[in-house]
Amino acid sequence: MRSHRWSMRRVAAAVSVLALTIAGCADREGDSRSASAADSGFPLTVTTPDGGKLTLESKPERIVSLSPTATEMLYAVGAGDQVVAVDDQSNYPKDAPRTKLSGLTPSPDKISDYAPDLVVVDNDVDNLSATLDKIGTKTLILPAAKTLDDAYAQFELVGKVTGHPDEGKDLADRTKREIEKIVADAPKPADPLTYYHELDQTYYTVTSETFIGQVYALFGLRNIADGDDPSAHGGYPQLSAEKIIEADPDLIFLADTICCGQSPETVRKRPGWDTLTAVRNGHVIALDDDIASRWGPRIVDLVRTIADAVEKVEGAG
Amino acid sequence: MTTRPVTRLRARTLAGGIAVLLATMLMAVLIGAAELGWQRVLAEIWAQLVGGTSPLSEREAAILWQLRVPRVLLAGAVGAALAMSGAAFQGVFRNPLADPFLLGAAAGAGMAATIVVVFAPALTLWAASALPVAAFAGAVGGVALSWLLSTSYGGVSPTTLLLAGVAVSAFLTAVQTFVQQLNADTIRQVYNWMLGGLAITGWADFVSVIPYIGAAAVVLMVCARLLDVLSLGDAEAASLGVNPGRLRLLLISAASLATAAAVSVSGLIGFVGIIVPHFIRLTVGASYRVIVPLSVLGGASFLIVADQIARTAMPGELPIGVVTAFAGAPFFIIVLRRNAEKLW
Repeated sequence: MRSHRWSMRRVAAAVSVLALTIAGCADREGDSRSASAADSGFPLTVTTPDGGKLTLESKPERIVSLSPTATEMLYAVGAGDQVVAVDDQSNYPKDAPRTKLSGLTPSPDKISDYAPDLVVVDNDVDNLSATLDKIGTKTLILPAAKTLDDAYAQFELVGKVTGHPDEGKDLADRTKREIEKIVADAPKPADPLTYYHELDQTYYTVTSETFIGQVYALFGLRNIADGDDPSAHGGYPQLSAEKIIEADPDLIFLADTICCGQSPETVRKRPGWDTLTAVRNGHVIALDDDIASRWGPRIVDLVRTIADAVEKVEGAG
Repeated sequence: MTTRPVTRLRARTLAGGIAVLLATMLMAVLIGAAELGWQRVLAEIWAQLVGGTSPLSEREAAILWQLRVPRVLLAGAVGAALAMSGAAFQGVFRNPLADPFLLGAAAGAGMAATIVVVFAPALTLWAASALPVAAFAGAVGGVALSWLLSTSYGGVSPTTLLLAGVAVSAFLTAVQTFVQQLNADTIRQVYNWMLGGLAITGWADFVSVIPYIGAAAVVLMVCARLLDVLSLGDAEAASLGVNPGRLRLLLISAASLATAAAVSVSGLIGFVGIIVPHFIRLTVGASYRVIVPLSVLGGASFLIVADQIARTAMPGELPIGVVTAFAGAPFFIIVLRRNAEKLW
């Protein structure tokens, strides 16, 4: 195992020397952006979102993803072929090799069964990265993005560490541009619209402090859960039905359509909810729970859904 | 066993209990998460009673009549059911620690609810009432199982029944935990239910449980005098012309039915069934002719207040079981210390 690693390193070094000679020393020290050949750019050291350093000796060819969002990113940057296993919650894209591995309670034993050279997680549960490090497996931790810029940075990072730096950069730029265009084209109500984003039927919601809350804020929407302190309860407070009906939001977004089977019809049937403006005007929007809880490339779909919803309300006058 | 002085329920005490209940109900209706303004709520109630224009908007009226009022009534019904069942169980088993969940009602309901959440989630989506119905069946089933197991050893003595209840509870809880561990992703839904809470389903829950709770209340109140007889011991009861076995079956059935109805809509709310009857025993009198009717009133008042705290103390909602224990335990200890010599 060890000698194999060493020889790989030597090959990688030789390849990079060769590349430098051919490219005429345009860039030094394996700056990944200069990597024109798919396998070059390694060994590679990157700064991870938590501020640490991650060094990869060679391009990872056996990636295990324990984060549904990371899985989406890996496929979007073109690293899908390098993925050997994804966790039980990674349901997109459909052809990702879904296994029984759990990202919530990861088992180093079961992960090592897949002989990965890179494990991607969104949370370093039980010091998983330290355990995997002991058996020589690198871990990339991509925590939940707090801002859209965090998400773009993760797209780029995933591209870099998988040997697809251009695709990663392109994905980040493209996503950013698309979102900016959708937002620019959306109507800007003079009087800001209010919204309620439902996480489950016990009225857990988000404030504007959260990642998703910031997406709504792009459209100037005002969150009914903000109250005096949007950062209370980590940005995920629970409301009561009384409060929601009292607030009478212009828009209701349901991010509990898959988990909890909610829909505009079930919302209408809740006691008292038929008096809400959003319910009466058909402005209850069913979201895909997964898209609305991840910070992957499909965030564009969510932004588009919100833009359509804003347009619907404004169109209705 | 010393014979305790029989205290008759005096009209004044009964009127006091009813007044307390009405006062807590009114307070709970006036104050809630949404700020409707108590004067306007009073004006609205007045307008509904005698006619006139309502000061509330349509949405505010919906908050009051479709959310708040049914919830207060449901809290009252559940509190009454748990407190009177607790009193009955304490009498039947002559055990001060007996509570409504003793014979496997809680474990049965918990197991049935978990199984529905895990194996038939579609059912809960298709009919919101699937969970309560399953919990009700599970609670009744748990108690029935305890009863059957204890009778298989011959006559039903309170001790055998109690031990059967312990065994059945442990077994059903083990099944529930096992099923839950296999399906970790549904764990939150199960826990939400188990911690207890009066979910807002408008009038549907109240209407569905009130027949069971009402019928059980009538049976227990009529039998309150027989509970006093039973508390003297089986031999004495038999000598007074009472069949202890048959009476016990009747009382346990009624109390379990009420408990099952309560559990099905509110999850597991602990403590009410113990502290309310004991509070009455300590402060008013030890006869079941006093304890049962006052437990109905006191349990309803206690749970209405607890639910009031649960839904207004924080921006979201506290599990009501947390409130009943947090507020109830210290209060109960104070009463206990002052009146310890009167207990049993």
